[in-house]
Amino acid sequence: MSELCAVVGIGQTHHKSARPDVSIAGLCREAATRALEDAEMTWTDIDAVVIGKAPDMFEGVVMPEIYLADALGAVGKPMMRVHTAGSVGGSTALVAAGLLQGGIHERVLTVAFEKQSEADAMWALSRPMPFAPPTMAGAGGYFSPLIRAYIRRSDAPSNIGILVAVKDRLNALKNPYAHLRLEDISIEKVEESPMLWDPIRYLETCPSSDGACAMVLTSEAIGSRAAKPPAWVLGTAMRSEPTMFAGRDAVNPQAGKDCAADVFAQAGITNPREQIDCIEMYVPFSWYEPMWLENLGFVPDGEGWKMTEKGATALDGELPVNMSGGVLSTNPIGASGMLRFAEAALQVRGQAGEHQVDGARTALGHAYGGGSQFFSMWVVSADKP
Amino acid sequence: MIDVAVVSFAQWSAREELARNEVEILIPVVAEAIERSGIGRKEIGFTVSGSCDYLAGAPFAFVTGLDAVGAWPPIRESHVEMDGAWALYEAWVRLQHGDIDSALVYSFGKSSLGDLPIVLSQQLDPYYQAPLWLDSISAAALQARAWLNAGHDEGEMAEVAARSRRAAKDNPNAVVSGDQSAEALLREPFLVTPLRRHDCPPISDGAVAVVLAAGDRAREVCERPAWIRGIDHRIEAHGLGVRELATSASARLAGERAGVDGVDVAELHAPFSHQDPILRDALGLSNGVDVNPSGGALAANVVMGAGLTRIGEAASRIMDGRAARAVAHATSGPCLQHNLVCVLAGDAT
Amino acid sequence: MAETTEPVTMIDTPIELRYRFTAGLAQSRFLRGVEQGRLLGQRCPQCKKVYVSPRGACAACGVPTDEEVEVSDKGTVTTFCVVNVPFYDQKMEIPYVSATILLDGADIGLMHLIQECPSEDVHMGMRVEAVWKPPEERTPSLESIKYFRPTGEPDADYESYGAHV
Repeated sequence: MSELCAVVGIGQTHHKSARPDVSIAGLCREAATRALEDAEMTWTDIDAVVIGKAPDMFEGVVMPEIYLADALGAVGKPMMRVHTAGSVGGSTALVAAGLLQGGIHERVLTVAFEKQSEADAMWALSRPMPFAPPTMAGAGGYFSPLIRAYIRRSDAPSNIGILVAVKDRLNALKNPYAHLRLEDISIEKVEESPMLWDPIRYLETCPSSDGACAMVLTSEAIGSRAAKPPAWVLGTAMRSEPTMFAGRDAVNPQAGKDCAADVFAQAGITNPREQIDCIEMYVPFSWYEPMWLENLGFVPDGEGWKMTEKGATALDGELPVNMSGGVLSTNPIGASGMLRFAEAALQVRGQAGEHQVDGARTALGHAYGGGSQFFSMWVVSADKP
Repeated sequence: MIDVAVVSFAQWSAREELARNEVEILIPVVAEAIERSGIGRKEIGFTVSGSCDYLAGAPFAFVTGLDAVGAWPPIRESHVEMDGAWALYEAWVRLQHGDIDSALVYSFGKSSLGDLPIVLSQQLDPYYQAPLWLDSISAAALQARAWLNAGHDEGEMAEVAARSRRAAKDNPNAVVSGDQSAEALLREPFLVTPLRRHDCPPISDGAVAVVLAAGDRAREVCERPAWIRGIDHRIEAHGLGVRELATSASARLAGERAGVDGVDVAELHAPFSHQDPILRDALGLSNGVDVNPSGGALAANVVMGAGLTRIGEAASRIMDGRAARAVAHATSGPCLQHNLVCVLAGDAT
Repeated sequence: MAETTEPVTMIDTPIELRYRFTAGLAQSRFLRGVEQGRLLGQRCPQCKKVYVSPRGACAACGVPTDEEVEVSDKGTVTTFCVVNVPFYDQKMEIPYVSATILLDGADIGLMHLIQECPSEDVHMGMRVEAVWKPPEERTPSLESIKYFRPTGEPDADYESYGAHV
């Protein structure tokens, strides 16, 4: 049966729209070095390296594990590169955790990154495909119709997205690594920002960031001896469904629901609202906070927006969401999923500094990708099962 | 460790598929692998694929592959932007968790769509090497030169090519096959010295799928499962000038970890002829081992699937009783930078 | 030489790679139909749903979809967005409306543009019809349909498209 995996080191870069001060390798090493330092380990302690990132066209480097082997201390070691679209940061953590859970290795370094400034991510995301009409306009062009459908289904007031944007952006001010730190953020500022894909405004959208995230995962034995309290991985799950098929509900996807049910069952969570202390979820467009709260089963369908509206998801609320500022504040696409998983682990290790949720002991990390079709999640806890 | 075996294998390849797109090629291959496995499509516990966006020239190319799988109700599914051999590794690791007992692994790709050797040049360090546009054939040629200088001769390379073509006559998925002798091949002009065209892999389009099953499940569905007795992979330093190109340290290390000894058959992913003896040496294969009975990557090279195909080919010889113990190898990156070794055996061994 | 120079932090390395794109058998049949002014869907033998802009397989069932079914070029807007963001290589003038249209007879929506209508008037349930290029200008591409425009009919009943929203 599955072994227990521990998170003993966490690191990330200072995320910015462009990091011309480092190469792609340098960006990855910045995060990895911080994770190793946090774990009080060195490169030679690591048995295997698992990296992940979104499409290679975002940097123009084909299969970058080949180029990065030296920089990530992987020479002579096993190295894997995961790619599951937007959920990849999460899936990468799961593949890495899988090596511990399967008893294959004792110490694994996992890094997820994106250095989007090196190529043109917007172009890569919306390249017109031959024979198709030019209707796409980036990820927002796909998701805003789904948001529109959610608003209709739930009868949510039109300002919910704005509330999420303000909350996440205020949280980012407490996260020294976050990309967008907008000191003067306010409801008015968000309302006045240009409408990009109705109903998504500019300030309700994620940025394009250069950044990396890294974690050191270990076996139970090593985790128990770790210098600092580890985050124990209580559950891991991945689910996928096809992009399109007749009758698909892309607004509240089954794959997300199944994935959440699986990860909660593994972690012994029967009442997520009570037992999960905080959530880091993948919200690239503001409205996805209430949408995912429902999809994950924290609230009944149609009620997600009420949590946002009453302030329950604020840093000091009953169920904080995206304490780090989330994807709305920082979005190196390949790393964003892992940042969610890492931030959840930071919370239960008490390392989240100014954006720490008091007394957080169990947290959910969530990532999604593609056309709301790929989901990866983990539950981490300060308490060993 | 939980015992995991290959219980079915299916493939299709051709020099160039003009009519069908990748998904249409993949659908019958996945269907065949599932059908032969004896495990129902909806029972498969985990699905993982290997493919590369840059082959298709489109980001998220792997997503359409999911249409061939019937991912409804939602499935546990993952993907590596690597040869399917590494997807198989991920599946093998996943099966060690003990909660599921079967996995589908597949790869697909059409190298004919772009200029593959040029595309692969963009695997190189983006700051110092990629702007030089060193295509994959030229990089391999550098390695071949290093190997020749280490005391070998081009006759050995031609022998490998001749042997591959002869063996490939029995492989319906081979793109290159024939009876040319090594001497005849040596009379051909150079492509990029010291490589001739026959020393290089053919452009191929295709797909490959393998089903893995664990423990009793494997025994239930397959008369002679090809058990994975050892599997390991290692990567080397990136810079060509930093590595010893005439040998393969990472293949040697992976082979030692996987436990390559006493094999009858070896399927080696050697896209270039000189890499065959390099790998045989690294894996310590004696002359008695039947190397690349399928013809190997010189006969058909579905990029992103050629390594998985080697595992499938080796496994199929165990499953049909022709071999008792086999080794399959996969490679990635320029000049054998990253190598995976998988040792397979029948029940008795 | 004692000159101070700025360190090199960025280099431009243009990458040009050329690819031939294969539409595939299913897509080719569909596009040849479009060239003739017809919209040909494919029905899944298992779940019986009709796919438009078919991909050769029913993604839910994982089986090939061979049976051809002609669908109407009129349909219902199930969802849409107003695109107002500029990006490289963009062909349309912003703002423009991109919508998913459930054509009559199909079980899955088709993405296309909505025009001849102020963007704020586009709504779910709106009935629209294709505006085709003249036959001599048509090619095997969905660009043979210039856009969809409102038909002026009353909105479709929610039941007829609600499952697709």
